[in-house]
Amino acid sequence: MSGLELNRITKRFGAVAAVDDVSLTVPQGTFVCLLGPSGCGKTTLLRMIAGLEDPTSGEISIDGEPLNDTPAHKRDFGMVFQSLALFPHLSVGENIAYPLRIRGRPSSEQASRVKELLELVHLPGIEKRAVTQLSGGQRQRVAIARALAVSPKLFLLDEPLSALDAKLREAMQVELRQLQQQLGITTIVVTHDQREAMSMSDQIVVMSEGRIQQMARPIDMYRNPANAFVADFLGQANLIDARADGPDALVPGGRIPGLSLACPGSRISVRPEDVVVTTAENGSIRARVGFIRDMGASIEIHLDGEGVRYVAIASPQARPDCRVGDTVGLSIPAEACVVFESGKG
Amino acid sequence: MRRMPPERAADYYPIAYPALMLGLFFVVPFAIMLAISFFQRVQGGFYEPAFTFANYGRFLSVFFGEVLVFSLVLAALVSAVCLLLGVPFTYFLTKLSRKAQVFWLVALLGVLSLSEVIIGFAWSTLLSRTAGLSNLLVAIGFMDRPDAWTPGFGAVLTGLVYQAFPYTVLVLYPSFSRLDPSLMEASRTLGASPLKAFFTVVLPVLRKTLIATFIIVFIFALGAYLLPQILGRPQHWTLSVLITDQAVYQSNMPFAAAMAVFLVVASLSLVLVVAALNRKGAGQ
Amino acid sequence: MSAHWPKRLFLSALAVFLALPIIVIAGVALNEKKTLAFPPEGFSLGWYAQVFTDEGWRAALVHSVLVATAAAAISVSIAVPIAWFLWRRVAPWARIVEVLGLAPFILPPVITALGALSFWATTGFYGQPWTVVISHGIFFVSLPLVTVTLGFATIDREIIEAGMTMGADDRTLLKTVVFPLVRPYIISGFAFAFVLSLNEYIVAYMTVGFTLETIPIKIFNALRYGYTPTMASVSVFFVLVAVVVFGLVARFGDLPKLLGAWSEGDKG
Repeated sequence: MSGLELNRITKRFGAVAAVDDVSLTVPQGTFVCLLGPSGCGKTTLLRMIAGLEDPTSGEISIDGEPLNDTPAHKRDFGMVFQSLALFPHLSVGENIAYPLRIRGRPSSEQASRVKELLELVHLPGIEKRAVTQLSGGQRQRVAIARALAVSPKLFLLDEPLSALDAKLREAMQVELRQLQQQLGITTIVVTHDQREAMSMSDQIVVMSEGRIQQMARPIDMYRNPANAFVADFLGQANLIDARADGPDALVPGGRIPGLSLACPGSRISVRPEDVVVTTAENGSIRARVGFIRDMGASIEIHLDGEGVRYVAIASPQARPDCRVGDTVGLSIPAEACVVFESGKG
Repeated sequence: MRRMPPERAADYYPIAYPALMLGLFFVVPFAIMLAISFFQRVQGGFYEPAFTFANYGRFLSVFFGEVLVFSLVLAALVSAVCLLLGVPFTYFLTKLSRKAQVFWLVALLGVLSLSEVIIGFAWSTLLSRTAGLSNLLVAIGFMDRPDAWTPGFGAVLTGLVYQAFPYTVLVLYPSFSRLDPSLMEASRTLGASPLKAFFTVVLPVLRKTLIATFIIVFIFALGAYLLPQILGRPQHWTLSVLITDQAVYQSNMPFAAAMAVFLVVASLSLVLVVAALNRKGAGQ
Repeated sequence: MSAHWPKRLFLSALAVFLALPIIVIAGVALNEKKTLAFPPEGFSLGWYAQVFTDEGWRAALVHSVLVATAAAAISVSIAVPIAWFLWRRVAPWARIVEVLGLAPFILPPVITALGALSFWATTGFYGQPWTVVISHGIFFVSLPLVTVTLGFATIDREIIEAGMTMGADDRTLLKTVVFPLVRPYIISGFAFAFVLSLNEYIVAYMTVGFTLETIPIKIFNALRYGYTPTMASVSVFFVLVAVVVFGLVARFGDLPKLLGAWSEGDKG
């Protein structure tokens, strides 16, 4: 088996299980995002992979070789830290050369590798600069270059882009993904930003309370969340309690025709872009408009159907003709609904 | 290099040497001093092992009581004056540019590190009749003829404030420089004048620091041993001077040790008060 | 904004207060004759030269510098392992050692002095020149202890972890990351201990007061038994040493941060 394999990993801090019985396979060359709210155990999991924490139980192996007893400094992984952790007493070039220097590589090799890496991250010629003189984005790139210096088997990043402003973050997401594809390196990124996870990864692993909730390709996870937690965390979702009524489902304010429920009471998830706002006569659900957010590229409408909040997102072309206080109709196609058994999630 | 409890014997090596040094050359001397405080003095400046409370019994004299009260009042006065000067000074200092701050800090450290001997000598010169300030005042016509201001209580107080002032500022400095400037700005936007904002926001926020500093400087002043001798008369001698005097000139080590133990207990209880205050304030 | 002059006046008055004694002793050292008059009568740099030419003063100066250098080295050698151990290990009991290191400086100095006197007298080494080196070394542990502890506290744990993931073992990390980062704090700690030991009187007096003359002891003796302007010139010389040393600390390190302020970067 080539790639990283986690087998029933658990990490306890006292009585609390930060990571609880996690098994995961990351095939060679893939880009995986560990996604979840803060405190879900994703960083602890990453740190165990890096060797910075010891699992309480379970095995970690890479390419079939067990890793548990290998200390962090012998794993040959590259890691980018949330704080970036650039050495303040070393220049940019010295930072990047550090892993080569402590391995005793000749200085000519160090210099040429540093040059190569700086070109790779689009910062040629700044070897002599002090790390304190760099901008946030430059520091980011230097940290990435340093982590890649010894061509690691595994590239780990802990919230690497969280310190950057929104625009730069988007640009770096693209760049990071391109870099990973160019090098074909197995990469694991920890993030709490679902847009970041959606835009970069081959696979997303959603975690909550130390457990894996779902692992899937981004678009599959978006379309078919395994439970209400995933539906809500990855993008926006209308989570509605529904009751079976023959071939239809009864929801607050009306019904969803053609959605047959196996269980009499279920919870369904509908993406806001699948909720169509129409006239009271045409919709199958009646709701009152409570609030409209016009964000230019899209319009978000918050509605109240029998005390339950619905959110609809429409494109400017399909701008619905409604104002705050109007009673309108909603139509939700049955095929856009994901049904969870009640009680779960 | 993960932060973990020591496991193997070798993990303890780094702490062994400091523990040994401090144990042998600080704890043991302290214990010997404690033992001597219960010993008996014999003629010729020596002492012999005994277990007597007689040395502590001597505290119950009027003379000792006066010295103790004088020491405490003097230390409190010095601490109060230092805070009165030091609080506004430190506040202004932290508002200066980084460069100006460094200049002042170097100057303060320079004065702080000055030997008590040098401070005492300098002030005794400055307050003397031949070389002192009074000459200056005569020159500009404020006084008819030069006068000696030392020895005297004013000279002792001035010297001690001079010595303790840099210390006060350096104790206050961290809290003041970490004080969030937006607190002042917020109170200004809420209608407080700078002076009012200082009294209603800065001082209350730093109340615990101020109390702690008062006590720390108080202990510092309580330790003064040379300035009262150089700048004062015998009635201005403090407990520390008395200890030195008994130990060196009267050769009464047991009594000196008993006084030192008493001074430690007094200082330590004050330190514990500070620690308790700080712990209470840690939640802030 | 309100007028700045009250603030300026206040700061200037304090500056004068702090500088005045030093100006006066610098002045009296310029007297032509052996008198402590101010303003000086006549002009002579002879008293300044005396610090180095007079055998007694020169010897005292050499003693002071030797004692201070050795004592500061001892202080640093005790303080660094404590700070290192507390940073490196989870060992709450080791705080006791830290408190022992800080105690001599918090307690009135006469106590440490009397303790030292009792100890050296009991062990029979009283009066040996090296006893003051050890007693000073213990007395000033707190200074490097405070600065070096601060130095370790400024090392971001993630930096150490980054080094680990890049392949550095403990020894390599110590050499290439930890030590370079705390070195300025060790040097400042040494500087503080050195300057304070130079100026220390009572511990020196109670350990070697009758056998070894350091500068403070010699000045004090001169105060008792006969004033000479050399006292003034040597005091000025000591002030200069202190200012130069702390100036160097400020030049090569972040002095405000060393004294507990946030560093410039932290302010954002």
